[in-house]
Amino acid sequence: MDMQVAKKKLGLKERYAVMTRGLDWTPSYQKMEDIYPYIAYEGIKIHDWDKWEDPFRLTMDAYWKYQAEKERKLYAIIDAFNQNNGHLNVTDARYINTVKLFISGISPLEYVAHRGFAHAGRAFPGPGPRVACLMQSLDEIRHAQTQVHSISNYNKYYNGMHDFHHAHDRVWFLSVPKSFFDDAITAGPFEFMVSIGFSFEYVLTNLLFVPFVSGAAYNGDMGTMTFGFSAQSDEARHMTLGLEVIKFILEQDPANVPIVQRWIDKWTWRGYRVLTLVAMMMDYMLPKRTMSWKEAWEVYFEENGGALFKDLARYGIKMPKCAEQIALEKDHLSHQAWSTFYNYAAAANFHTWMPDEDEMAWLAAKYPNSFDKHYRPRYEFWREQAAKGNRFYNKTLPMLCQTCQIPMIFTEPGDATKICYREVDYKGDKYHFCSDHCKEIFEHEPEKYVQAWLPVHQIYQGNCFPEGTDPTVEGFDPLAAVLKYYNLEHGRDNLDFDISEDKKNFAEWRGQATKNI
Amino acid sequence: MSTVFLALQTNEETRPIIEAILQDNPNAVVDEQPAMVKINADGRLVVRRETIEEIIGREYDLQEMQVNMITMSGNLDQTDDEITLFWKS
Repeated sequence: MDMQVAKKKLGLKERYAVMTRGLDWTPSYQKMEDIYPYIAYEGIKIHDWDKWEDPFRLTMDAYWKYQAEKERKLYAIIDAFNQNNGHLNVTDARYINTVKLFISGISPLEYVAHRGFAHAGRAFPGPGPRVACLMQSLDEIRHAQTQVHSISNYNKYYNGMHDFHHAHDRVWFLSVPKSFFDDAITAGPFEFMVSIGFSFEYVLTNLLFVPFVSGAAYNGDMGTMTFGFSAQSDEARHMTLGLEVIKFILEQDPANVPIVQRWIDKWTWRGYRVLTLVAMMMDYMLPKRTMSWKEAWEVYFEENGGALFKDLARYGIKMPKCAEQIALEKDHLSHQAWSTFYNYAAAANFHTWMPDEDEMAWLAAKYPNSFDKHYRPRYEFWREQAAKGNRFYNKTLPMLCQTCQIPMIFTEPGDATKICYREVDYKGDKYHFCSDHCKEIFEHEPEKYVQAWLPVHQIYQGNCFPEGTDPTVEGFDPLAAVLKYYNLEHGRDNLDFDISEDKKNFAEWRGQATKNI
Repeated sequence: MSTVFLALQTNEETRPIIEAILQDNPNAVVDEQPAMVKINADGRLVVRRETIEEIIGREYDLQEMQVNMITMSGNLDQTDDEITLFWKS
């Protein structure tokens, strides 16, 4: 038998150099500024693109190999989950509302991220970031697809998920995550990298994925847990890209520092406002809780983000100033958000409920400074009213913040009894804001934010009714028309969990799974 | 020094990796969570290829870890032999 002599392989560093910089060339008959037209206008100065290196030194050939393995593992589990009626193993059917929130609020963002990274990668003259952006762009479309595939099994049995992408583009509260990403992809390529690559992926992603995924694990949802972990395995690479991009930009020129600082301030706040939905999910929607929003914020932002900003201090980068206000809000955020959804449950694509006694005790223990004083009394009142048959679904549309598009529900930092209102006059119109930070973001780029598609304004302007609707006929019910436009069915996809088809069906099916009928 | 961490999925592939990390990093602390193992260390954490290979008894490419990684914190540097996570301050 012939002896197999192993060929001398290139080392990781050499392989990376050959497969990234080695594939690049200098154009000879086109000008660089014509090929890369978006690279200068943001004011970021780059002197040497070759200084950028992916710390994982991942090349496209290795990328395909490991991504294929992740897909094989994921689909094996999704098949097993579906074959085994895995949806009946979740803690209780309330849990499925977190899946509805995920598919309509988060998965469409994965698709937009795919487009964003494809665009940013095309815009950069350096082969290092271009290859890394290509990989992340492919990751993001993989996430969108695997999430749709995993959650499609829930859609066979439960309501509210049937037209998630249509909902994402229309439903009032979904304009919060949608406008966040639209804001990012309409920025320049460097701002996009700082907004999504750094602020969202590095600073905030742990607060999105880890709670959703460990929430799924705690609540018996193997399908969501598996796509979550599969996506999360790409996330470690995205975080590294985000941090590397920031360090690279800051090292290239001191003039970049103030520009980057402004972006970090803006996008940490923008991202945090979107995470309001996650805060509410963690504290109210998971039947079996993992940790409170406040605890997650302390571990993943204050501790971990603190270490990050300490490390970046050598470049002159400071902790974003909004961190102070976020610290004041952490006792209130999730409660104010859930109260709002309980109010507007008639216009949402998932169900709401009031926490039971055990859950109230958990909330009181996790939020000793705020829950019993400010939130328990109103929940008890609402519960009493519902028991008397007076469940009130609010049909009056709220005022929205022009920047984050969240209803003006947040209280003054440090005073939980007073709603926070800010306003700005711009070119003869008045604009409203939920906070100083959202107001400052507007004031810096008013021409961008005056164009915001605010769902409430659009409804009042008559733009959110099905074609041919006549709002002037007697007895016109605007909410019914809006729900039709959302493609949601009143009484099936919305309102309280207690009266839902989901609750009834889940109990019946679980009964069938354990008895011989 | 600030804490760096690495979180891996809990499964048969990561069990020897975690064992290797604990051998090579006396300052590492394991935090076991549902379906996830988080390894915290003060300032610096090293994953060494050789230690993993000794435990599993076969050649190992550190890039295989991509499949089971959940999240990490710190600056990262990867070579053929090591993955290092570190804070500079």
